Amino acid sequence: MSSEIIVKFLVAAVLAGTPFLFGTVGEILSEKVGHLNLGVEGMMSIGACAGFMAGYISDSFVIAILAAAAAGMAVALIYGVLTVTFMANQNVTGLTMTIFGVGLSNFIGVFMLERSESGTLKLPEHITAQMRNVNIPGLSDIPVVGELLFSYNPFVYMGLVIAVLASIYLYKTQIGLNVQAIGENPAAADAAGIEVTKWRYINILLSGAICGIGGAYCSMIINSGVWLRDSVGGLGWISVALVIFASWKPINVIYGSFIFGALRVLKYYVPKNTYAIPTAFFDALPFLITALVLVAASMRKNKGGHIPAHLGVNYFREER
Amino acid sequence: MKEPLIRVVKKAELGSREIFILRLEAIFLALVAGGLFILLIGQNPFVIYKTIITGALRSEMAIQATVKIAIPLLIASLGVTLAFKMRFWNIGAEGQIIMGGIFASYFALFHAGWNHWLLVIVMFLAGALGGGLWGLIPAWFKTKYDTNETLFTLMLNYIALNVIVFLREGPWRDPGSQGYAKIARFDKNAALDKVLGIQFGWVIALALLVLVWIYLNRSKQGYEIGVVGESQETARYAGMNVKKVVLRTMFLSGAVCGIGGMVQACGSDVTLTTAVAGGVGFTAIIVAWLAQLNPPAIFIVTILFSILEKGSSVVQSSFGLSSDCADVLQGIILFFILGCELFIRYKFVFRGKGGAGV
Repeated sequence: MSSEIIVKFLVAAVLAGTPFLFGTVGEILSEKVGHLNLGVEGMMSIGACAGFMAGYISDSFVIAILAAAAAGMAVALIYGVLTVTFMANQNVTGLTMTIFGVGLSNFIGVFMLERSESGTLKLPEHITAQMRNVNIPGLSDIPVVGELLFSYNPFVYMGLVIAVLASIYLYKTQIGLNVQAIGENPAAADAAGIEVTKWRYINILLSGAICGIGGAYCSMIINSGVWLRDSVGGLGWISVALVIFASWKPINVIYGSFIFGALRVLKYYVPKNTYAIPTAFFDALPFLITALVLVAASMRKNKGGHIPAHLGVNYFREER
Repeated sequence: MKEPLIRVVKKAELGSREIFILRLEAIFLALVAGGLFILLIGQNPFVIYKTIITGALRSEMAIQATVKIAIPLLIASLGVTLAFKMRFWNIGAEGQIIMGGIFASYFALFHAGWNHWLLVIVMFLAGALGGGLWGLIPAWFKTKYDTNETLFTLMLNYIALNVIVFLREGPWRDPGSQGYAKIARFDKNAALDKVLGIQFGWVIALALLVLVWIYLNRSKQGYEIGVVGESQETARYAGMNVKKVVLRTMFLSGAVCGIGGMVQACGSDVTLTTAVAGGVGFTAIIVAWLAQLNPPAIFIVTILFSILEKGSSVVQSSFGLSSDCADVLQGIILFFILGCELFIRYKFVFRGKGGAGV
């Protein structure tokens, strides 16, 4: 493999991993307060739809991002009300969110398509220009390094910033440590004066907003600005898997999403006919690795497992 | 600490009649909310709802199509019910359906020459075995290392899906297919017979409905599942082998789902595709939960969901609305029912009104 191909591969890996940067960091924020949200795929799909349509109509990148975040937050609010306040089963609520979110996203897509004059939905010029790869004079021109670090679309950098901010929030602030206590033992956190319900809502809503932006990446960048149904297409589920791989730490998601992205594009770069590895194997790898990580984590559970102890368990104060 | 304005307390168990009425109210509200959604996109909700129902039941062919949708959904819902009774979160029905389909397809593809009934029986057993083994993997790790089953079963779904892709593009690729790879259509001999114009699977589904009901409510093993689900400590204290119950139940849960895959592949599709499960495994979880893990209720919910799905495809052809509206309406109905559970288990007490919990 020539170095040129390697650089291309690495760049492709970053781009393929970017949806996870959002989806996984979002899911971590939710899981840290004890809420396993299987609705990531749904929240991302809604964000994908809202972001794309807002961008299509307004021709503004900022409005598109805000719309995606707001829409993701709105669905997350449904999840929050049902699981935090109404104490509904988290798995069922999350799955419902996924069915609902993917369905609504596709539904609105068809609805808009039938009203478009050309029969396709394509983002207008102005917004595509705003989403183009950054060009930092000086830095982007450095050979190899410039291409590897300073020449991505704005989503990539936004995702990195969000991962770092989430990490600081969870590990470097008093609030963040309190928030983590909620996922470990809500009753103890409550007794210690932490507002369990409030922080659960805040984290779930943040999670929705971040996932929504990740969805917008899928619909606006991956398909080069043309609306296609199912644009998230399972990436939300891989994001849930990546939470385990990253052992519930947002900072790990940065390299985790890169590795998972690399796994997604690897099949295009492995020389054909040299190794007879079926492409299905590459597609299964992220899940296979996650399953192994999950097993390995449970095997050494007593030596500091990272999974929040009360993940998936609703908290009813009077049952303390 | 000052007393909050409203607080939630547990209430005594409601009678089944009251629960039923609460759920009906929730469904009614959901239909109103769904109607608002339909209104918002410029259609008449009454017309759309009517089209969904008549569309699914208007002719013999429509009814057959509706039943065809219901078959795998009913089977898979019964499958996950077994695991859920034990509070084992089997999110892996999708993968277990796929594995059942793969195991059965092996015989359909390579032993199509066998005597028809022998072949059908072998395919049935293979489907059950495939799904069962796929369910056994997370159960084994759960009993051995307490590995989180929700996440593990979820991963296995996608691994199973890629096994089909592998078979389709490699060893099982139809040499006659041009362009994109696919698995060959099964020989006629390997296809399930039709009973009353619909594939034999509906008979299997109904038989499983009765069997699962009897197993859960009238057998010792079914009783054990319930006890383990309530409390593993209690089960241990009562002298039950919890590990054994978990492994056995998850094998059965996966096996039933696997039969669903066999029925879909050999009965409806007459080939194996990546859509053999097609989200049924996820919908089944919702059906089982909505029906409160009660087999007769599962039957009713499955029929309603199938009508909604088939009816939505008619809405698509007559009103140009995408059939995705089935998912949207399903979601809305579920959100309301999920919400109403709170009012079944808890009540609200205003400040100063006393009202101790039970």
